[in-house]
Amino acid sequence: MFLRLFFGLREAGVPASLLELLTLIEAMAQRVPAFSVDDAYHLARATLVKDERHLDRFDRVFAQVYQGLGEAAGETPEEILADIPEAWLRKLAEKHLSEEEKARIEALGGWEELMETLKKRLAEQQGRHQGGNKWIGTAGTSPFGAYGYNPEGIRIGQHESRHRRAVKVWDKREFKNLDDTVELGTRNVKVALRRLRRFARTGAATELDLDGTIRATAHNGGLLDLKMVPERHNAVKVLLFLDVGGSMDDHIRTCEELFSAVRGEFKHLEYYYFHNCLYEFVWRDNKRRHTERIPTHEVLRTYPADYKLIFVGDASMSPYEIVYPGGAVEHWNREPGEAWLRRALDTWPRAVWLNPVPERYWGYTPSIGMIGKITEGRMFPLTLSGLDQAMRALL
Amino acid sequence: MSATEARFSGTATYIATEDLKVAVNAAVTLSRPLLVKGEPGTGKTVLAREVADSLGLDLISWHIKSTTKAQHGLYEYDAVSRLRDSQLGEPGVKEIGNYIRPGRLWDAFTHVSGSGKAGCVLLIDEIDKADIEFPNDLLLELDRMEFHVHETGQTVRAETRPVVIITSNNEKELPDAFLRRCFFHYIRFPDVETMRAIIEVHHPGVKDDLLAEALGLFYGLREVPGLKKRPSTSELLDWIRLLMADQVPPSALKASREEGRLPPLSGALLKNEQDLQQLDRLARR
Ligand SMILES: Nc1ncnc2c1ncn2[C@@H]1O[C@H](COP(=O)(O)OP(=O)(O)O)[C@@H](O)[C@H]1O
Ligand SMILES: [Mg+2]
Repeated sequence: MFLRLFFGLREAGVPASLLELLTLIEAMAQRVPAFSVDDAYHLARATLVKDERHLDRFDRVFAQVYQGLGEAAGETPEEILADIPEAWLRKLAEKHLSEEEKARIEALGGWEELMETLKKRLAEQQGRHQGGNKWIGTAGTSPFGAYGYNPEGIRIGQHESRHRRAVKVWDKREFKNLDDTVELGTRNVKVALRRLRRFARTGAATELDLDGTIRATAHNGGLLDLKMVPERHNAVKVLLFLDVGGSMDDHIRTCEELFSAVRGEFKHLEYYYFHNCLYEFVWRDNKRRHTERIPTHEVLRTYPADYKLIFVGDASMSPYEIVYPGGAVEHWNREPGEAWLRRALDTWPRAVWLNPVPERYWGYTPSIGMIGKITEGRMFPLTLSGLDQAMRALL
Repeated sequence: MSATEARFSGTATYIATEDLKVAVNAAVTLSRPLLVKGEPGTGKTVLAREVADSLGLDLISWHIKSTTKAQHGLYEYDAVSRLRDSQLGEPGVKEIGNYIRPGRLWDAFTHVSGSGKAGCVLLIDEIDKADIEFPNDLLLELDRMEFHVHETGQTVRAETRPVVIITSNNEKELPDAFLRRCFFHYIRFPDVETMRAIIEVHHPGVKDDLLAEALGLFYGLREVPGLKKRPSTSELLDWIRLLMADQVPPSALKASREEGRLPPLSGALLKNEQDLQQLDRLARR
């Protein structure tokens, strides 16, 4: 809970520091908040926020974290917290902590030591709370039941399902809800569709389809929707790689829906899913992502070079996930993500990356810059103008 | 060790919101300073007094001015007195310790409260008045609760860490390193219900209808555009005391509101001549 809150605050631009997080844990261990969730909320606020301008942001992040715990159906808070994969936490820290804080961790004896300390404090906490303590006793209703922490909970590489579930829960909460900052939404979806359609028809000579236009315009609520029919068959073939399983899912879905809406206009449109970065396998049905994997090599062999490659993802991850073998969050990858990205770009030279993260935030996440480089600057924001630019880059 | 196991839960004379209680208790339990911000008159300064009372500790106050230096809180070496004494041939002049004047921090580190309890509450009031380096200059001493007196070679150490409460009116940004070591509480301007409770602890006999009219006028006044100094809790408390002493009837407040006149005794609410004129102008329209 508090780790998530902590990283959530950092993500939202509230400069909470590691020192403050440790203070918070210490205060929890000393039972400053007496039993109520409200008290714990007040404590976290007094510890992590030092500027009244950030209080509202704190409230939003807290609400999100709190609500998130409730949503995790069938998983008690204890289970969620007990499943924090250390490696993943470390990667998060890599991404969010300042140089000074990293140095501090080193001074404390490194991550292992820090995790040990955390474990110890939490274990003490649990010891103190044995016997009818509300926070632990009512797991599932009290989010602070999370503090009935399993001291052995910080483990790497649990058996698959638990590990995966933990990652997913964390993934869901790593980013604040960016709904209001992302421009591509239901309101302008029509405009976006038209542009995609135009793109789909490029290369094909067209003529006005009068009947079709009348029908479409009526259907559109009077908004003129010109229908063109291709003289020859439409030439554009698209390979869509969608990053799923993260907090950007909603935006990525929007994008996916956009493309499927104009599916008929493309000569071919193929989807594949990946998580965070491209690795040795992808999947086609997100519900069966762990059972029906398709080797990326096979995909590389299947589609010829005239396919246009479109990645959609937030490109936000630890640099490890791009450059190191074994850096992936969900499995052990023998080759770094970068190698797979380059292979794909070599195979389909007409390529772009669409990113739902608002462009003004790109500079804060090193991995976005890294992928921007790998794609040779062909990363575009998932906005109307970004879509336009991307389509132009694909021609 | 922290000064006390007791918990702060407000007092008979101070209305503490839940979040404030938690912040105070965190600071007391972990022996870290509590930084309190908020509009003037929201009870920052009196908080320290109330915390001290409720914990049974004495209060040591250090009011900061623009010329205050961190060193002043530790000790000052009174070279002038020593020079004078040496010219007069005073016997104690050889002993440099006679010319070391302990500051408020020193007092606080070594204080034993009248109740016999070790420790005290140290208030560092309006820290933002001093120059920007001031908070950082105190970091080490507040962290370790000890410092060294070079002149005498002595170390002053707090056996019991005092509860430190620091207030700021937001005149200056405070340094990050300093902020990270504090708990923080922002006192929001009290809502009507809290304000009613505050007034009742100060003026127990106040009549409901008078209070209702007064609060209505007060919150309305705070919304008047262009005021140099919006009236705050302390002005409201003064005003109500005067209204009660003068036995101003609630109907008089009501009438002034309806007829667009300045309320009775409004000088207690608006201390600034310009603000009074501004309000008068608006009232006449
Ligand atoms: N929560 C409260 N409970 C009781 N009295 C209060 C409260 N808040 C403010 N006051 C009263 O308001 C006046 C101003 O408080 P003070 O501490 O001087 O404000 P500040 O230091 O924030 O400017 C004092 O008379 C104080 O007793
Ligand atoms: Mg004051």
